[in-house]
Amino acid sequence: MATEASLPSLTGDFYTRSFQPGPVPGTLILNMGPQHPSTHGVLRIILELEGEYILRAEPVLGYIHRMHEKMGEVKSFAQYIPNMGRVDYLHAIAWNWAYVGAVEKLCGVEVSERAEYIRVITSEMNRISSHLVWWGAYLLDLGAFTPIMYAFDDREWLLDLLQIVTGSRLTYASLRFGGVTGDLTPEFIDGTYRWCEHMRARLPMYKALVTDNFILRKRCEEIGVISLDLARRYGATGPVLRGSGAAYDVRRAEPYSVYDRFRFEIPVGTAGGDAMDRYLVRMAEIEQSLNIIEQALQGLPAGGPMHEKAPKRLKALKGETYFAVEGARGKIGVHLLSDGGKNPYRVKLRAPGYSNLSLFPELARGVLLADAVSILGSLDLVIPEIDR
Amino acid sequence: MNLLSLIPLDLVRIVVAVVAILAFVGVNVLLLVLMERKVAGRFQRRPGPFEVGPHGLLQTLADAVKMMGKQIPTPGGADKILFWAAPIITFAPVVVCFLPIPFGPDISTPWGEVPLTSWEVNLGLVLILAFSGLGVLGLCLAGWGSNNKYSLIGAARAVAQSVAYEIPLLLAVLAVAFQVGSLNLSEITALQGSWPWQWNVAVQPVAFFIFFVSILGETNRAPFDLPEAESELTAGFHTEYAGMGFGLFFMAEYAAMVVVCAVGTILFLGGWRGPLFDGVWWFILKVYGLLFVMMWLRWTFPRVRFDQLLNINWKWLTPLALLNLLVVALVVNRL
Repeated sequence: MATEASLPSLTGDFYTRSFQPGPVPGTLILNMGPQHPSTHGVLRIILELEGEYILRAEPVLGYIHRMHEKMGEVKSFAQYIPNMGRVDYLHAIAWNWAYVGAVEKLCGVEVSERAEYIRVITSEMNRISSHLVWWGAYLLDLGAFTPIMYAFDDREWLLDLLQIVTGSRLTYASLRFGGVTGDLTPEFIDGTYRWCEHMRARLPMYKALVTDNFILRKRCEEIGVISLDLARRYGATGPVLRGSGAAYDVRRAEPYSVYDRFRFEIPVGTAGGDAMDRYLVRMAEIEQSLNIIEQALQGLPAGGPMHEKAPKRLKALKGETYFAVEGARGKIGVHLLSDGGKNPYRVKLRAPGYSNLSLFPELARGVLLADAVSILGSLDLVIPEIDR
Repeated sequence: MNLLSLIPLDLVRIVVAVVAILAFVGVNVLLLVLMERKVAGRFQRRPGPFEVGPHGLLQTLADAVKMMGKQIPTPGGADKILFWAAPIITFAPVVVCFLPIPFGPDISTPWGEVPLTSWEVNLGLVLILAFSGLGVLGLCLAGWGSNNKYSLIGAARAVAQSVAYEIPLLLAVLAVAFQVGSLNLSEITALQGSWPWQWNVAVQPVAFFIFFVSILGETNRAPFDLPEAESELTAGFHTEYAGMGFGLFFMAEYAAMVVVCAVGTILFLGGWRGPLFDGVWWFILKVYGLLFVMMWLRWTFPRVRFDQLLNINWKWLTPLALLNLLVVALVVNRL
């Protein structure tokens, strides 16, 4: 028998100790994470359970805080670009774009037209790869093991293609002030057309096998309902907001780059903002991104990947600017403050996941533990982005 | 010589049988785990284990050796006795369940006819149902003894689920027992013919359906694997177990799958009887066929939610099973 002295401390850390139990007696305080299979990394949620019903949920953040915003202040403008690929590793190109776009806007750097198209193509491909990972991981959360393998199979091909242009497979840093690093090769263009065809054949199969599955529907429908009002109050963006019925997409609402030249729809949820709505919005977005990629490939202008007047060495101007792009998880914003020096004076990153996660305590109240996992998955959280 | 004759012959038979069953269970678990991983691999566009031995055939053997060599730690604050009793209590009843199963017809050897049933017992079916119900006690103890909240929730789920799904299981089995008028598994096999339309499943498809869904719930297999739902409860009741403690739970799960599929084969699919030539091969083939279907389901479907799981049982399966039993009882009376 274990003696009293040999027992480890069971009283918990600061957060568990200061978690005030609610009015219901006999509740169970459960630490979900930071090491838990379905918190997608190192999110920690303190749950107050009555049986399996959640009375209260409180996310605890900061387990993967890497001081990206502070790093912006000590690195030069160009040195900071690779950091952006690490903020949200699933949609790295959008983060690159938000930062590079902010610098270009501040310093008046022009971007070559071909580079804009390359940015659109790679960013949309990256969005699809992000949605594919989300799709696989969400079904993993719901207990279906097989879809992630199919998603990664498609994604593998996609990453091979992106590798040709950007040189990396996950944490891209291919955007530069005034253009991109690599030009599109014929191999990439042919491969992307073929891959788009392949994806279009794959999506109906996913719909038939997974989306229309009876058990999946039961696990997603009428779960985690976010009303439009609630979504707006918490500043939710991206598929979470669109799932609630608002057709807000930065690509359409505040068009940046060349997005106003492409025809694409903004899918919105129709069932009131439940987990299934968000699921369907993301699946529809994959199709829309395929449309954009094909249009961009067809309309690809001639020219170089860098603007002729792009600065070899950036001379930063004094000032303040804000630039937003549409990421896979929502609106990515970079607020840049420069005093004209070598480094940015201050970089504020607006991570969409942070706002989306703050909805969770509202949604988790009164649901079953299994539903909380489903809700968490449907918000598509990337914890490094939230903690930054 | 006199001393030897004091030992009852039945006891000797049972001891020999238990040893044989343990070997059978061990070999089958190794095979099944390999099969599960290979099937999962095929379903997921990958080859599955491929490194140890030709086509990865020795992978599970290597895993078993590794598992036996591992340290078996007891978590702090755990009830040591309950914690280590739990895997044994889960595993032992499953072994007993193999005793009354007729694997095949008697085989003739130079020493006479050797039956392939370890223990010819008239209440064989009841014995299996009783002992398979015991396994949940082990899960309950594991959850309580681990001093872990996830384990506790897993154990609570296991108990609720097991108790719930035993009812339709029992009712489905009873329908067959009504029809054939026996609880002896050898007799039930003998009363079925060699061809598929002579098997009980042709007469009782509803009971077979209920039986099959119930055994998924009873053996905690996906989509009903809630007690160990790793996306919710990390590993459920066996979160704290390592080494052979976990190994015993694992073996118990797979052995229980073999038992329920064997019972399903005997009750509904004609046991060792099959087209052209009867024999133990038909039995093994059918059992593995059912096991394959279980794996197929696991690697295809998402997991149901706990209240949905109980709703399926109480609102659909149990009433359907009762209705089926009623119909069977009326028809049997009429005949």
